[in-house]
Amino acid sequence: MNTRYATMILLVGAVALAGCKTKAPDVLPPSSTETPAPVVTETVQPSGPSLGSQAHFEDAVHGQNVIYFDTDRYNIDTPDAAALQTQAQYLARYPSINITVEGHCDERGTRDYNLALGERRANAAKNYLVSLGVDASRIRTVSYGKERPIALGSTQRAWAENRRAVTVVIS
Amino acid sequence: MRSIWTILLAFGLAAPLMAQDLGDAPPPVIDVETVEEEVGLTGSVTDDSDWEDLGIAIASFATDRNVSTPANANGTAALGREISRVVFSDLRNNGLFKPVGPDSLPRPTFQQITDPNWPSWTNRRAEMLVHGYVRTRGDGRLTVGCYLYDVALRDELARAGWVVPPGDWRRAAHKCADLVYSRLSGEDPFLDSRIAYIAETGPKDNRVKRLAIMDSDGANHRFITTGRSTALTPRYSPDYRQLLYLSYVDGNPRIYVYDIGTGRQTLVTQSTNPTFAPRWSPDGKWILYSMAVSGNTDIYRVSASGGPSVRLTNTPGIDIGGSYSPDGRRIVFESDRSGSQQIYVMDANGDNQRRLSFFGGRAATPEWSPRGDQIAFTHIAGNFRIAVMSPRGGGLRHLTNSWQDEGPTWAPNGRILQFFRTSRNSGTTALWQVDLTGRNERKLPTPVDASDPAWGPILP
Repeated sequence: MNTRYATMILLVGAVALAGCKTKAPDVLPPSSTETPAPVVTETVQPSGPSLGSQAHFEDAVHGQNVIYFDTDRYNIDTPDAAALQTQAQYLARYPSINITVEGHCDERGTRDYNLALGERRANAAKNYLVSLGVDASRIRTVSYGKERPIALGSTQRAWAENRRAVTVVIS
Repeated sequence: MRSIWTILLAFGLAAPLMAQDLGDAPPPVIDVETVEEEVGLTGSVTDDSDWEDLGIAIASFATDRNVSTPANANGTAALGREISRVVFSDLRNNGLFKPVGPDSLPRPTFQQITDPNWPSWTNRRAEMLVHGYVRTRGDGRLTVGCYLYDVALRDELARAGWVVPPGDWRRAAHKCADLVYSRLSGEDPFLDSRIAYIAETGPKDNRVKRLAIMDSDGANHRFITTGRSTALTPRYSPDYRQLLYLSYVDGNPRIYVYDIGTGRQTLVTQSTNPTFAPRWSPDGKWILYSMAVSGNTDIYRVSASGGPSVRLTNTPGIDIGGSYSPDGRRIVFESDRSGSQQIYVMDANGDNQRRLSFFGGRAATPEWSPRGDQIAFTHIAGNFRIAVMSPRGGGLRHLTNSWQDEGPTWAPNGRILQFFRTSRNSGTTALWQVDLTGRNERKLPTPVDASDPAWGPILP
């Protein structure tokens, strides 16, 4: 799912990034059913995701590349802070990595307001990362308002999953 | 990386780069010439309290001789019937009248257009009668005449004529329907107008959203963008020459000014910050937009001809949207400075900001009526409902009650509102319309799902 988001970001960002050398989005590690059994066992290469890929980042932060918000709120609570700390550690370890923080809202808000609220959420995450020592120039923000839900129902649970800020590796 | 970004924004965005999401440019609006008739208005409706229940007969428009026209493959006689069908649909679909249409009525001759066969209409219990004609002119254009008669009085109530290019024949029909509506209701016309909106397709988690335009009755539908990037929240300029809308074409939400004549577009501001919620001033000279700086959104005003932007709000909360009063002196807008979305009003220069909505729940997307007497908005208290209040914040009235209705936009005469309705779970959307009584609610026909309607003024 998140790899797809990364792909979408890369696609929509392609215009702006046209002057940069961009890496093709990595794919998930091949599943065991599709991978033929290795015949040669001498040269074992780790088949994990490569540095610079969204999968590499998500593995490293144990899936904590997404933080969640209460209705109409954008404050960073304790679980959010812990997630952002793991993200900051990753970014400290790999200083060549830049990120986009996407701000999202649930469907139970009006269009314009949700765009502004998503921007506020993305910036809250960004500001927290910056407070942890990540250079602000490495973090781009974008709001998708209520335009890109990840949970599709119209339930409290779905809305809670959609009120989120997603960190995506862009280079 | 950051510097390349900046350079692209500074130099790249003005021109062809932006064209990538745009389809063919729609034809520009052509002014309709009104023909001066020798006879003015006569007669009057003595009692208009029940005008909605009037029996109105709309007969086929006649022609002096059936000649070929680009407007109809079967010539002007068939075109006359088509015109009367559009007049009938306009008056029926808006819930304003219960008319009888041309397909169940006798067909008047050309001579009878100005000299109705009264006994025939009296026998049909028609109280009002609409006649009309269509003729081709030497220059290929069409002349369309429209007559409204009071059958009991055997008298003419109104007449008008217009000269239109063949491709604009529907506009003559809308003008005729507007004439009938205005004469009988005492309200201003609204049917000869257009709507910009967002056409939606695809699954809920991957919606394709395209900028589209259509006539007020759904005809002459056109897509402006291809759907490659998300488009949102359009607004027609008062002269119909430009559209403001939000596009993600460069990966970020930004407001563009799309020129209908040239098919080109420019950013509303060269700032690299995200911009939302574009609005025109009633005279078309100013543009309001909302911009987030470090996550904080405020409302800005810029001249439609360019120049520096002026920030109108300055609070830590989200200030967004904005809708001018018809005289251009005040702006109603939305802010969460009190902790939740509420409606505020300010002078056009940003002075005297004060809250208007104190209804409980949240209040969003305010739109000032073109008549000035009402503010429509989205009231969020459980359901999302379309509501109106007075410009002083009193007189709350709910017009709809569905799971999620939002984003009202006014008809040019301030009597009818359109909005969009989202279905629970499926997330499908549709345009709906409701009048100020709240009684006449209907779904608008669109080729695909639809949201973010923006109703333009009466066409020039």
